[in-house]
Amino acid sequence: MQGYIYPNEFELQWSLLIVLYPYVTGLVAGAFILASLERVFNVKEVTPTYRLALLTALAFLLVAPLPLLGHLGHPERSYEIFLTPNRQSAMAMFGFVYAWYLTVVLLLEIWFEYRRDMVLWAQSERGVMRWIHRALSLGATDLSERALRFDESAGRWITIIGIPSAFLLHGYVGFIFGSVKANPWWSSVLMPVVFLFSAIVSGIALVLLLYMIITLLRWKPLDMACLDKLAAFLFYAMIVDVALEMLDFLHRLYESEESIEILSQMIESRLFISLIVLQLTLGTIVPLVVLGVVSPALRPGGFVRTPDELRRLLYLGSAALVQVGIFSIRWNVVIGGQLFSKSLRGLTVYKVELFGLEGLAMTVALLLLPFAILWALIKVLPPWQEAAAPHPVEKIA
Amino acid sequence: MPPSREPSPPAGVNPQPGLEVDRRTFLEGALKACAAGAPLLVGVVRVAGGAAQESPDAGYDPQDHYYGMGIDTSRCIGCGRCVAACKAENDVPAESHYFNTWVERYVVRTDGEVVVDSPNGGIDGFPPAESESGILRTFFVPKLCNHCANPPCVQVCPVGATFITEDGVVLVDEEYCIGCRYCIQACPYGARWLHPEKHVAGKCTFCYHRLVKGLVPACVEVCPTGARIFGEVEHRATPLARFMRQNEIQVLKPHLNTKPKVYYANLDGEVR
Repeated sequence: MQGYIYPNEFELQWSLLIVLYPYVTGLVAGAFILASLERVFNVKEVTPTYRLALLTALAFLLVAPLPLLGHLGHPERSYEIFLTPNRQSAMAMFGFVYAWYLTVVLLLEIWFEYRRDMVLWAQSERGVMRWIHRALSLGATDLSERALRFDESAGRWITIIGIPSAFLLHGYVGFIFGSVKANPWWSSVLMPVVFLFSAIVSGIALVLLLYMIITLLRWKPLDMACLDKLAAFLFYAMIVDVALEMLDFLHRLYESEESIEILSQMIESRLFISLIVLQLTLGTIVPLVVLGVVSPALRPGGFVRTPDELRRLLYLGSAALVQVGIFSIRWNVVIGGQLFSKSLRGLTVYKVELFGLEGLAMTVALLLLPFAILWALIKVLPPWQEAAAPHPVEKIA
Repeated sequence: MPPSREPSPPAGVNPQPGLEVDRRTFLEGALKACAAGAPLLVGVVRVAGGAAQESPDAGYDPQDHYYGMGIDTSRCIGCGRCVAACKAENDVPAESHYFNTWVERYVVRTDGEVVVDSPNGGIDGFPPAESESGILRTFFVPKLCNHCANPPCVQVCPVGATFITEDGVVLVDEEYCIGCRYCIQACPYGARWLHPEKHVAGKCTFCYHRLVKGLVPACVEVCPTGARIFGEVEHRATPLARFMRQNEIQVLKPHLNTKPKVYYANLDGEVR
């Protein structure tokens, strides 16, 4: 502790689990927006990652409410948010935004996307998987050209609804913080937009990582055109994200309100590692430079021509650094917003506990859980192009 | 706010807390005038007050009241009795980071440096300043929930567990609070805390259980210098209204538009 903090500020209210919550929902929104690139904007190069991106979004969305529940003083009363929401409260909308996104957007889109394959898989399989696929297809076994055209069109429309929904999901998370006028570190109209673009960055980087790692584990060749395109989009999203964050930073610096002194002290001391080193240097500048130089984002073939193997390695490293950077952003927002006193006269400290409900071990477990769910989803709904049932209409006919 | 959420007063209580303060004010004058006769007078007034509270016919109607508190910082001596009384009266955990009310000490040095402290919320008073040289001025500021008329804590509560009563008091329904702590984040004054055992938000209630019995909050009751003035905001002939007429009044962090109902007189510009 340094300077003066209000006595009730001794305890940090929102801990590591609440850092995890915007990080995870950001990955969901980002992965979905990446998927929409193929579906709505016809970026054909990223097709190999389309289904993987959808399943990734679903796996992470299923985990998203868990850190919140774990953090509540009375998780057994959480249903009250649905039953008697306070309509003035930004947080009260979480349940509805979440339910909308899960059911109307993700589950429906995945169902329409996989329906044809599920029906065909169920026809050719035996044992448990046959029953799983039959159940998941909900008995909609019509594979006529008209029905498939409907699937396609429905999927497209859901994606079109899904893009603003993904914006809503994560913009909303940003609003939860940005609308707290009591907290000068959070209170910013840019917060939802910054959250959104950092979400897109993290989602693209995650799918890129997953695509590379899973494909390598499957001993399949990586689609270099796809990777180049992903890297280019990652670069563009990062440019917008960095521009917004710089705008926010410069705006604060230029306005120089009464909080500027304590916030500067906080950045120079408590947040130096997580903000200057991890978020800004390793998580932003290094990957931006690498991607800008070797990816085809700014110039076809990149400024420096690199062999595919090296470029893959650089993409992998950049995407991993971006994840570190985005997690640091969430940390700096959530924890940073509680490290200074609202008296603007002092700084406090946050010590991460190792075990316990809100400890490091629980956080790591909750971070690994979506990967386990994704593994199961991939088993049931293989997202690979070669797994899709070939020429369904002819086969049925 | 739904009237059904109003804590109902026990039957047979005195509905006029303002009178209690009148008595106090009167008492203070009397004390100053004739110190020798004071103990007797205290006894008489207390007995009279006690008898009034047991009056069986009085009900409590929250619509008849709209409460606020005045604080005259120039009168606060930093004794911490208010903090102790609050903890005892409201069963606030004894640890040093749960307070419904606390007292801050400001030391402004001649070089412009401002040192603020509140050791254990000021409950045991304050240690003497290390050195008296170089001090320009020093003063105490009692703090508590401002019972804002536009409270951000009530706005953000996802389930409506924290609410404003008709008589202008911000309360928490402990049976309903889910413990998300958003209200604690939204309070600009650091006036809320999470109960370590009940896992629900805790805060100053203006001693609502006392108000409905016609008593003033415990912190007001015990303040030896009359630094805290409790009462009706809107009625003209009340101690608080008089206090607000006779002093230049400020509220904390007015730029946040929370419309606090804790009104400070003689507040230094350094106080946040």
